[in-house]
Amino acid sequence: MKKWMAMAAVLALGVPATAAQAADKLKACWVYVGPVGDFGYSYQHDVGRKAVDKALGDKVETVFLENVAEGPDAERAIERLAREGCKIIFTTSFGFMDPTIKVAAKYPDIKFEHATGYKKADNVGIYNARFYEGRYVMGQIAAKMSKTGTAGYIVSFPIPEVVMGINSFMLGAQSVNPDFKVKIVWVNSWYDPGKEADAAKVLLGQGADILVQHTDSTAPLQEAEKAGKLGFGQSSDMIKFAPKAQLTSNTDDWDPYYIARVQAVLDGTWKPDDTWGGMKDGMVVLSPFTNMPDDVKKMAEDTVAKIKSGEFHPFTGPITKQDGTTVGEAGKPLPDGELLGMNYYIKGIDDKLPQ
Amino acid sequence: MRLVLEKRAEASGRMAILSPVIAIALTLITGGIIFALRGLNPFSALYVFFVEPLTTSWSIEQLIVKAAPLAMIGAGLAVSYMANVWNIGAEGQLTAGAIVGSAIPVFFPEFQSPPTLALMLSLGVIGGMAWAAIPAFLKNRFGTNEILTSLMLVYVIQLALDWLVRGPWRDPKGYNFPKTIAFSDWQLLPQFQLLPPSVGPIYINLGAIFAVAAVVALAFMMGRTLKGYELRVQGIAPRAGRFAGFSREKTVWFCFLLSGGLAGLAGICEVMSTVGQLQPGISPSYGFTAIIVAFLGRLNPIGALVAAFALAISYLGGESAQVALGISDKTARVFQGVLLFYILACDSLILYRLKIIGRTPGPAEAKA
Repeated sequence: MKKWMAMAAVLALGVPATAAQAADKLKACWVYVGPVGDFGYSYQHDVGRKAVDKALGDKVETVFLENVAEGPDAERAIERLAREGCKIIFTTSFGFMDPTIKVAAKYPDIKFEHATGYKKADNVGIYNARFYEGRYVMGQIAAKMSKTGTAGYIVSFPIPEVVMGINSFMLGAQSVNPDFKVKIVWVNSWYDPGKEADAAKVLLGQGADILVQHTDSTAPLQEAEKAGKLGFGQSSDMIKFAPKAQLTSNTDDWDPYYIARVQAVLDGTWKPDDTWGGMKDGMVVLSPFTNMPDDVKKMAEDTVAKIKSGEFHPFTGPITKQDGTTVGEAGKPLPDGELLGMNYYIKGIDDKLPQ
Repeated sequence: MRLVLEKRAEASGRMAILSPVIAIALTLITGGIIFALRGLNPFSALYVFFVEPLTTSWSIEQLIVKAAPLAMIGAGLAVSYMANVWNIGAEGQLTAGAIVGSAIPVFFPEFQSPPTLALMLSLGVIGGMAWAAIPAFLKNRFGTNEILTSLMLVYVIQLALDWLVRGPWRDPKGYNFPKTIAFSDWQLLPQFQLLPPSVGPIYINLGAIFAVAAVVALAFMMGRTLKGYELRVQGIAPRAGRFAGFSREKTVWFCFLLSGGLAGLAGICEVMSTVGQLQPGISPSYGFTAIIVAFLGRLNPIGALVAAFALAISYLGGESAQVALGISDKTARVFQGVLLFYILACDSLILYRLKIIGRTPGPAEAKA
């Protein structure tokens, strides 16, 4: 016991020295809405953080706060990082938008980057990925692979980002099978493995044989695996959780973006930009196509290539809404502003958008 | 040789004071061991966890912000539970208060004057009371179990909030994102300077003042008034209460309206300060955490205030530990769990004494 105490005392004395060393490095910080162990959205942002560590580790120190609820705690969490000497803070969930703007106003010398929102400031840039591009390809694969012609879609919150994803998925599916059906369950959470698994069971029970999710846990895919059905991963490659079920996963690759932004702070060239990157920029990456025949794989790869080259855009007008009206000019992609405020389903989705 | 718990003839006064101290000491030791196992220096880790939140004026401000709603709701629940009325749905009453109070800025965004503030706060209280009135009514009229009804109503009102901010109350300029317009000026709580800048300015908002006022008022009521006596008798000896002519129905109404009103006030204070608008997530489960606060505070309003600070420290300490030590937020939760476990375990020492049967034990074993 005495030995312990002595050791602890030595360690305690050692602490100020390491703190002083760390002060020379640039501190880059992240705020996550979920646990880094979700193996989905927050996990993938954390992979990006680690990439920064790896690439710029000699000049940069990284710190994160996980599981920060979108509510009264968010502002405090962000401000804490600002006070701890972070020079750039990435807030990675939509609900952190207003708290980020508030804290940024108090700390004009610190750079902030908010993911998936729309409010900017002199020291707040915004970034997001065009997840819908991957979802279009997933829709095509689903329509080819499904025997029942029905997919089950597990979703979090009816915000434009998510609605855009459902629409893109259906446009992809309809391009293969115009009568394709989708059943939708809202679980009202980004991360709730229990609820997500329940929703998956219900959807499988209702005749869906392919599961799609816009939530962050691996639970739905694991349910598909158990039932011997198919599914798509979300945010990160979930193949090890469902080696027989995962067709592909719509992964976010934040590594290059985070490295570039932190580097910009180091160089003094950081500006509050508005980045919406897609497959072309390497921000949206479909993980290897598995558990499907070669012709389906070929089709998926072709579509990816077309989206990358800019030859094809999933939301090419005119697009017919659920109520029969159309948006967009023929042959032209919908403008980004229209996409970012999307609050309607396209024709063929047999569900009512909660609002 | 074995350990047995032997019932004491009467509650031990010494243990009543010692038990929280023992519990905290055991928590610190266990925590130190957990940190040491993770390869961290236990002393600096415990410092980051429990002392650092008290070292800067900013973190003290944040501590007050976090503790205020917990104390406000916890004190109301403590009184209810003392009287054997089990309101588990404070989270729902909080949400109801936040919704009803927010109707003012949503429908009358231009209405900006001191009465705006007063009206929003009163509507918050009314909203909480109204939502709490449902389980109270069902209990009195049909004898339903208030634990179930109050709990289930939490989910009902949370979905109602969800629906409102996605639909009719949505900010028309908010790109369809689920939130109302941002509140401003008189739709937000005013701030007061608690300490002068020379000491390190600490600002608190009106919510903290309400919380302290509620705690003091309820402590006075429970300790010094006939109403408090009536509530306590019904909790300790319901039959005696009936013979004394105390109305059970009235007590149910009183407790629900009181605790519901306070939860509603806490809810509207949150949206008028930390959140600044209505959105799907307005409370990190303050209403549920307040149940723990009430019990940690031994169902005493002043105790609830102390407990609220203790829990607030563990939340803030958990965050600063994440930043300073790079440990997971799960560690913070383990810590809270360990603390609660020891407090409840040590509380049994008030009514029971540890006795070792068999060979004479050494003093070290007796302590374990």
